[in-house]
Amino acid sequence: MISAAGAQLVLLSSLASASDAAAVRLNVPVEWIVFAPLLAALLCGILALRTGDARARYSGAICVAGIGLAFLTSVAIAASVGYGFAHETVFEWIRFDRLRADFAFFLDPLTSIMLLVVTGIGTLVAVYASEYMRGDRGYARFFAFVSLFIVAMTTLVLADNLILMYLGWEGVGLCSYLLIGFYYEKPAAVAAAKKAFIVNRIGDLGFALGICLTYLQFGSVEFAVIFEQVEALRTSGAEIPTAIEAIPFLLMLGAFGKSAQLPLYVWLPDAMEGPTPVSALIHAATMVTAGVYLIARTLPLFLLSEYALPTVAWVGCLTAVFAATIGMAQYDIKRIFAYSTVSQLGYMFMGLGVLSSVGATFHLFTHAFFKAALFLGCGAVMHGFAGQLDLRRLSGLGRVPGWQIVTGSMLVACLALAGFPLTSGFFSKDMILAEAFVTAGPGYRAIGWIGLLTAGLTAYYTFRVFFRVFLGPVHFTAGEEHHGGHGHHFHPHAPGAAINVVLIVLGAGAIFAGWAGVGGGHHGWFGSMVHHSTAAYEAPAGAAHGGFFSNPHQWMMLASSVVGLLGIGVAAYLHLYNRAAAERLRRSILPVAVLAGHKWCVDEGYDLLVRRPLRFIGHVCYSLGDTLIINGLVALGGAVPRLIGAAVRPMQNGRLQGYGLGMAGGLATVIIIVWVML
Amino acid sequence: MTEPLSILALNHYLLLSAVLFVIGFIGFLTRRNLIIMFLCTELMFQAAAIAMIAFGAYHGNVQGQVFLIFILTIAAAEAALALALVVMLYRRRPTLDAEKWSELKG
Repeated sequence: MISAAGAQLVLLSSLASASDAAAVRLNVPVEWIVFAPLLAALLCGILALRTGDARARYSGAICVAGIGLAFLTSVAIAASVGYGFAHETVFEWIRFDRLRADFAFFLDPLTSIMLLVVTGIGTLVAVYASEYMRGDRGYARFFAFVSLFIVAMTTLVLADNLILMYLGWEGVGLCSYLLIGFYYEKPAAVAAAKKAFIVNRIGDLGFALGICLTYLQFGSVEFAVIFEQVEALRTSGAEIPTAIEAIPFLLMLGAFGKSAQLPLYVWLPDAMEGPTPVSALIHAATMVTAGVYLIARTLPLFLLSEYALPTVAWVGCLTAVFAATIGMAQYDIKRIFAYSTVSQLGYMFMGLGVLSSVGATFHLFTHAFFKAALFLGCGAVMHGFAGQLDLRRLSGLGRVPGWQIVTGSMLVACLALAGFPLTSGFFSKDMILAEAFVTAGPGYRAIGWIGLLTAGLTAYYTFRVFFRVFLGPVHFTAGEEHHGGHGHHFHPHAPGAAINVVLIVLGAGAIFAGWAGVGGGHHGWFGSMVHHSTAAYEAPAGAAHGGFFSNPHQWMMLASSVVGLLGIGVAAYLHLYNRAAAERLRRSILPVAVLAGHKWCVDEGYDLLVRRPLRFIGHVCYSLGDTLIINGLVALGGAVPRLIGAAVRPMQNGRLQGYGLGMAGGLATVIIIVWVML
Repeated sequence: MTEPLSILALNHYLLLSAVLFVIGFIGFLTRRNLIIMFLCTELMFQAAAIAMIAFGAYHGNVQGQVFLIFILTIAAAEAALALALVVMLYRRRPTLDAEKWSELKG
């Protein structure tokens, strides 16, 4: 029983009505966060449609300007909102019966954080991509999609009701689909795009049903109204209807789809077929965290069912460890970080589930920095080495001239992901793990231990990549995108200024973002922000805080440092000092390694359990319904005129005299008939 | 306007018209040469025209003659068109046998 365990939702009573006096009055045009990227998307879209227009090369700058303006507005908004909240209606959208879904924004500190992450990382990635994508035929098209993605994502974040959120939700799904399939001439990219879209449909169905059920139960889709009623329901102590308890489970399904959790995670690793800036922005830093945001935003609803949050926690925990084991056995560095993303998203859900909404959103915040840095670093490698991503074919890049900044930022980001002490990932991961040991719930202690184990695995696979690719003897093979003539020696081209600057900024973020959650009060500035949002709890009464070993946060910092360093140490031995030992180890556990390399055959399992039965049903419907009944009816419709034709055709025998006789005979018949009748 | 025709005289004209028409019709059915067949249709045309004038004279008005002028005009245009078609056919294949032109039979 979580809700009875003392976790108290701090709901600002003033949230209930937007026109309340406590609301912050915004003197910043908040709608520009959505409209500036929209304008950029339109401009880039027009340039993309005009093939051969030389001005297409400005689309990168247009996109950067659009998202940059959104970022500046977000900063102003965050400063203006502070620890308060605000409500802004842009225009009336859907209103009938009791349903009110306006194009309206709800701003609280949680919204501010998400806006800063989305537009901030968005701006950096756009700057990076303006160099990375140069020379691509779809340059303008790329930036049109990226701008459109920011439009949809900010709409999702700002929405004051579930339906507008769903609009943004589907919008980011669409942009994700378009960008995964950006290289639409590559069959793998097209397949990956379809897979992402279809798998997300399963989750989105749950989300849509959740919205319907919310409307039916609460008579509204607006957060303020729903939360007010939830609060009333909780304080009244009345029995909570089963229909209401089902809502969080439906919303959860949507979150698991979008944020790539078990069992719907399979689309995210394949999504790496898209351009790398997209992987960094959409499939690591922002879109995939939409599920975390959804649960954090609707957390009051999740507290109504005693099974909802434990489910979230367990799914997150299992996903974290499962994805980490797959990541350990992959060779494609981008895929390794994709599985790492799945795993880290699992941590965030774990955090939400164990009532550490601060930890979850804080991990979301720090993860955005270091994972974006990792992907953009991968992108720089891919860009410079003609698409080479296999860590067996890249080594010692740190000593190749021009690659020092990439190496440095990768090192910092890897440290953060591995939870090295005093980096950003260290603070955020510890917050979640410590809370797992504190919060009372079904098997939460086990979740904490599994999370700690996963932290070790994470440190290992992260530094496996780093030690293999950036340290060790210098040797590398160009990828397949190398178009030089045969015998021509391959020269990797080092990244330019735009890429390096972005990597430096993100690297700095990967170190220092963690300090936002350290300091006075509940977890520093970041904690205060979340505690003043709708995702806030009061800490359970009597939670152990004090003394070194009785304080779970300090104890956890020590424990996870040890585990992280252990993982790094193992990786250093196997992949830096004694690479032959890694090969021997692999051979000694070959079946396991091969199975993990094949992603534990989950795709094959889904193929057998889901795809084939569906195809069979489809085949039956096709052969029975379509071929037999529908085609049969159509064929019957065609057969009747054909029969008539066959009967009449001999009359047209091609003899002119015959026609003349026929005409005369017909005329004579008519005359005789008229004669007789008269 | 001269004297209207008597019913007896009308019968003679109609008989002439019928004979001409039947000759044309039988010619159309029995001959295979496209030009002859075309001439036969002209014969039937003229048979109808004679009947028109005869009726016009019998009723004592000019409508029969008006019809005749229309028939002649159209017959002239149609003759030009039909002969041109025959020439075109002959250029494609040097034969005027109607039996040989039967590509469109069912």
